[in-house]
Amino acid sequence: MSLTQQIRQAKADREILLMTHLVLGYPSFAVNREVIARMVAAGVEIIELQIPFSEPVADGPVILRANQEAIDRGVRVRQCLEFAAEMTAEHQIPFLFMTYYNILFKYGVEDFLAQARKVGVRGLIIPDLPPEEGEEYLAACRKHELAPIQIFAPTSSDERMAKLAGHGDGFIYCVARRGVTGAQTSFDREFDDYIARCRRATDLPLAVGFGISNRADVEMLKGKAEIAVIGSATIRLVEEHGPAAVTEFMEGLR
Amino acid sequence: MKPGYYGNWGGAFVPEILHETFRQLNAFFTEAQADPAFWRQYVDLMGSYSCRPTPLTLAENLTRRFGGASIYIKREDLNHTGAHKANNVMGQGLLVQRMGKRRVIAETGAGQHGVATATMAAKFGFECTIYMGEEDVQRQRPNVFWMEKLGATVVPVTSGSRTLKDAINEAFRDWVANMDSTHYVMGTVCGPHPFPAMVAWFQKIIGEEAKEQILAAHGRLPARVYACVGGGSNAMGIFQGFLADEEVELVGVEAGGEGLTSGRHASRLAAIPTTADTDGIPDATPGVAQGYKTMFLQDDDGQMKDTHSVAAGLDYIGVSPMLADLWERGRVRMTAATDTEVMEALQLAMASEGIIPALESAHAFVQAFKEAGELSPESAIIINQSGRGDKDIFTIAHAFKDPSWREFIRAKGEEYGKEPVS
Ligand SMILES: Cc1ncc(COP(=O)(O)O)c(C=O)c1O
Repeated sequence: MSLTQQIRQAKADREILLMTHLVLGYPSFAVNREVIARMVAAGVEIIELQIPFSEPVADGPVILRANQEAIDRGVRVRQCLEFAAEMTAEHQIPFLFMTYYNILFKYGVEDFLAQARKVGVRGLIIPDLPPEEGEEYLAACRKHELAPIQIFAPTSSDERMAKLAGHGDGFIYCVARRGVTGAQTSFDREFDDYIARCRRATDLPLAVGFGISNRADVEMLKGKAEIAVIGSATIRLVEEHGPAAVTEFMEGLR
Repeated sequence: MKPGYYGNWGGAFVPEILHETFRQLNAFFTEAQADPAFWRQYVDLMGSYSCRPTPLTLAENLTRRFGGASIYIKREDLNHTGAHKANNVMGQGLLVQRMGKRRVIAETGAGQHGVATATMAAKFGFECTIYMGEEDVQRQRPNVFWMEKLGATVVPVTSGSRTLKDAINEAFRDWVANMDSTHYVMGTVCGPHPFPAMVAWFQKIIGEEAKEQILAAHGRLPARVYACVGGGSNAMGIFQGFLADEEVELVGVEAGGEGLTSGRHASRLAAIPTTADTDGIPDATPGVAQGYKTMFLQDDDGQMKDTHSVAAGLDYIGVSPMLADLWERGRVRMTAATDTEVMEALQLAMASEGIIPALESAHAFVQAFKEAGELSPESAIIINQSGRGDKDIFTIAHAFKDPSWREFIRAKGEEYGKEPVS
């Protein structure tokens, strides 16, 4: 079943789906393992696995620090691939890779995507790779049946959204506001207009991320998006209260 | 070829949120480039505000000492604020006016680009924030002082290696949140298209002047032109005057730090041929980071390495995509100078010509000094002195282990320790 179909099917039983994010190897693979198990048990539908990169330009301070500490602790791309293989074998939900283009480029784009397919991930989010620069990537995603998830921003014009949608698959990641990950987002009239524009530009499901951190945020997205994305909030939670706190937090989100 | 590419290098790998900002920037830049009145306005501004054209100085004592080519020095140190950075910054300032934005941000390593940007912002009445790696804040304290006095907010960046590359990431983060009001004044010929093209366009004023000046002073083209290469803007600036003249050899000098086999340097292109079959050296390989494709100092996984140079302005992981292309095509020769060689060259330049090059610029002097004697006395070479060394007084005094300076600092510290700052 395609990622899009799987999302639609899951959405049939739920008002909104949850996608969570974590940085691989931060604070350790062992903690990642426990956090993921708790997320899946709490009903999270999709998990984004971020392969750390030394220059994560689209990420805010929390994820930036997590990336850096993971690299300082010696996390390697190969380990991330192995860990993903373990997770996809263990849990029946879709996993995605999120990372920056240099990780793929340095590995070899075609080789990396062949590996990604082999370890069982379903798609990728590469925030610094616009379609204009991603011909090789987009072709290899098609070949390996991986979803190249495209990103919409509030600054994207209607024409731009249509173009991005044409290159995308799986779902569209709608960045909720200007800025990097981790800060607060306000859900106002302007936000509603933006989501309406996103909806008109694509038939793919919409995920909304950046600054979604609590039940009220998720509530606001019901009826507007198919997927709510929780990013920096879980990293902060695990840092402050340990992995055990994830269960209650996730269960309380909707 | 795709727009913004120089051979295999360049491009614009920017997050979607900045797509529209880059589209606008491109439009304004293209329009300005096609408008001769804009370039005239730029040249006038540089003439009345920044001491252009800067002189080309014949270094007679150094020429005599090496006994080969006549050594000429292009004096970018005489620009207002003391470096070639002023050319780029004033040009971008004029563009910001055209775009109607009110705030500028910049990253800075040595602080020269930060001081230049803060100066431009003061002159044009823009709000200004400068991002600077915490390590560079320590190393270039005098420049931090000036930036603040010029009205800029200096933000020390504590992530990563706390140097230039991290300051660039932080500036991008700011821009992503504030792109409507804010222009990011990129300091060198790097970053996503159109930054390399734009910065190179403003900096070409160095090379155009230098060509005219050397023909007037020496009656022929130089045999070689030397420039230090951090990101590559002063080098691209002077090289552009001679790119079409195949007989002029263009020589870039990167930061050799503690040596190319020490693991502590910032040499991307120069390190490659000399260390091709040596293991464990942090040579550069092709990569994509900070919005563009070039040769980066990175590990097997694509993580950027820590770099080192005595000159903060050369301490950077990437290099201009334009220079990567010229190097690949054999048009530019890349070399490296070590920290130790730089201090020696600096001392020699000061004592024999009474000029004080910046530590960055002194890299170019090292290579020129090594080669001047090989050339015939009829020939000439040009060294681009990208900036003046006043800003480096702490680093230089420390490296020279100057006892009376040490005593002065110690006494000042004591004095400040006694009186409360009020
Ligand atoms: C005096 C001076 N020269 C050179 C550089 C390096 O920059 P680029 O390689 O872009 O000329 C700097 C950067 O701060 C500088 O201050």
